[in-house]
Amino acid sequence: MIKAKTIKFGDNVDTDQIIPAQYLSLSTIQQIAPHTFEFHGNFANDFKPGDIICGNDNFGCGSSREQAPAVLQERGVSAVIARSFARIFYRNAINIGLLLVECEKADEIRHGDVLEIDPQKGVIRNITTDCNLEITPLPPFMQEILNCGGIVKYIDNRRGQYDGLECKSISEI
Amino acid sequence: MNAIEKIIAAHAGLKTVKPGQIVDVNLDYVMANDATTTLSIDVFQKELKGERVFDREKVVLVMDHYTPCCSVDAAETHKKMRQFGRDQELSYIYDGVGVCHQLMLEHHAKPGDFIIGADSHTCTYGAIGALSTGMGSTDVAVAWMEGKVWIKVPFAIKIRVSGKWPKGVYSKDLALKVIGDLTAKGATYKALVFEGEAIRDMTVSERVTLCNMGIEAGAKFAYMQPDEKVKTFMKDMGREYDPVIEDDDDASYEWILTYDVENLEPQIAYPNSVDQVKSLSDFEGLEIDEVFLGACTNGRFEDLEIAAAILKGKKISDKVRMLVTPVSNAVYMKAMERGLIGTFIESGAMVSPPGCSACFGGTIGLIGPGERLLTTANRNFKGRVGSPDGEIYLASPATAAASALYGKITDPRKVI
Ligand code: SF4
Repeated sequence: MIKAKTIKFGDNVDTDQIIPAQYLSLSTIQQIAPHTFEFHGNFANDFKPGDIICGNDNFGCGSSREQAPAVLQERGVSAVIARSFARIFYRNAINIGLLLVECEKADEIRHGDVLEIDPQKGVIRNITTDCNLEITPLPPFMQEILNCGGIVKYIDNRRGQYDGLECKSISEI
Repeated sequence: MNAIEKIIAAHAGLKTVKPGQIVDVNLDYVMANDATTTLSIDVFQKELKGERVFDREKVVLVMDHYTPCCSVDAAETHKKMRQFGRDQELSYIYDGVGVCHQLMLEHHAKPGDFIIGADSHTCTYGAIGALSTGMGSTDVAVAWMEGKVWIKVPFAIKIRVSGKWPKGVYSKDLALKVIGDLTAKGATYKALVFEGEAIRDMTVSERVTLCNMGIEAGAKFAYMQPDEKVKTFMKDMGREYDPVIEDDDDASYEWILTYDVENLEPQIAYPNSVDQVKSLSDFEGLEIDEVFLGACTNGRFEDLEIAAAILKGKKISDKVRMLVTPVSNAVYMKAMERGLIGTFIESGAMVSPPGCSACFGGTIGLIGPGERLLTTANRNFKGRVGSPDGEIYLASPATAAASALYGKITDPRKVI
């Protein structure tokens, strides 16, 4: 269960907005993360670790840079809610274990709303407006990756089950 | 099955696959460039405890986004990448010789291949009948280790394009038009398949432009059936060409969109989203500060040739600066041999070494606050090329060259 306030964005939040290109050459996520959403007042002024980010349609479109979900995670974003996500961002976020929540009614969530997310029950409770919003469930395969904390741990866990044996490829597990 | 499903099935070792199914595919190539590779290297070495990549012939590293480096950070990134490449004894480490996607087309991709790249525009190689898509650094690190990756078989959208190409209208205009109609998320998780008379009439280079921009509608793959032109292209590049994979009679598509290029006009995408598209006439006369001709979208020889024909013997406006970046050394050489580079320099443009250049805010050609950039690249996101208070407009090479002459957005049909 996650309970936090929301930092709100609109449609088509692209990865250049999340983290501009010129910072990608810095060598660690810790160095890059201070530049997260640096041109967005909503984030730059209001964000506190643990907060939830909410966009409308096509969140994370644009480049394949995994630094985008990685800086959100590094800054302590607890979940990203959107009506829809861009494909590569979606995959990257799940792979690193960042919680993404697809919600048809994400556009009803406003900047500053306090939300309670219960991924298991598949519901977002908007405490500020006192209403419930339904979550589109993750495909089970991705839920499993997320439960493990990302694809690396997912692969690792499976390896653990075959201790001493050669590592299994993803297709065999 | 459609051709895309057949290629996926072949790489998954399955007889059939269907949309929505999650399968593991064996990879022909895993490409990564300098914008994201160091993250993959960290995941590979520190998290996955990887020792050797699955095949040193199939892992391709390209330094293009930050070449030549303009910061110590970028130089460090390159140093780490070169070291990793050498330690892994990779056969292909390209350093400052071209944009990754062009190099993949010139040296590696084949019809029927399945390729992933740590770059969203990896969908480009569909222009020659390969299935290719962009992924993030962790997926790429896993792929380096395993030589395979999981993928959800996509639903496909067919885009049928008929008609004869009018003068002054190009594949970039069609690409923008289609993205404007589909919207930036219209093809998310899906494959775009282009076919029809107008596609067959395109050069391979023009097809590359169209497939390159598939991701701007969110597509996983962009694909075209390879034909004689692709066969010739492969021969010119000194590579083999396997028989073509055709759709079965029962091939299914989620929907079919039709276009006729006969009435298509030059298009412009305006700030700050690629799906904000209107006919050029809506922007005619808008003053600009910088023109960029290049990128994996439109930096090929054919693109430079169209622009040079417009600029030949003329001077660009003193109100603009123009930067020309050939997409690869091979393109640069050919442009030099044919006198195009001289034409650009004489017209007052700057010519830079190959690379991503002003497509991406990593090296050169950045714009200042309040400035307008007209570019042949594929993205106009806020702050992508310099100041977030600048504006980026996307157009064809012909529109870029015509606009450079007048210092304002100009219909190329007036000057050709
Ligand atoms: S030229 Fe532009 S779009 Fe192409 S790979 Fe480089 S940065 Fe990406």
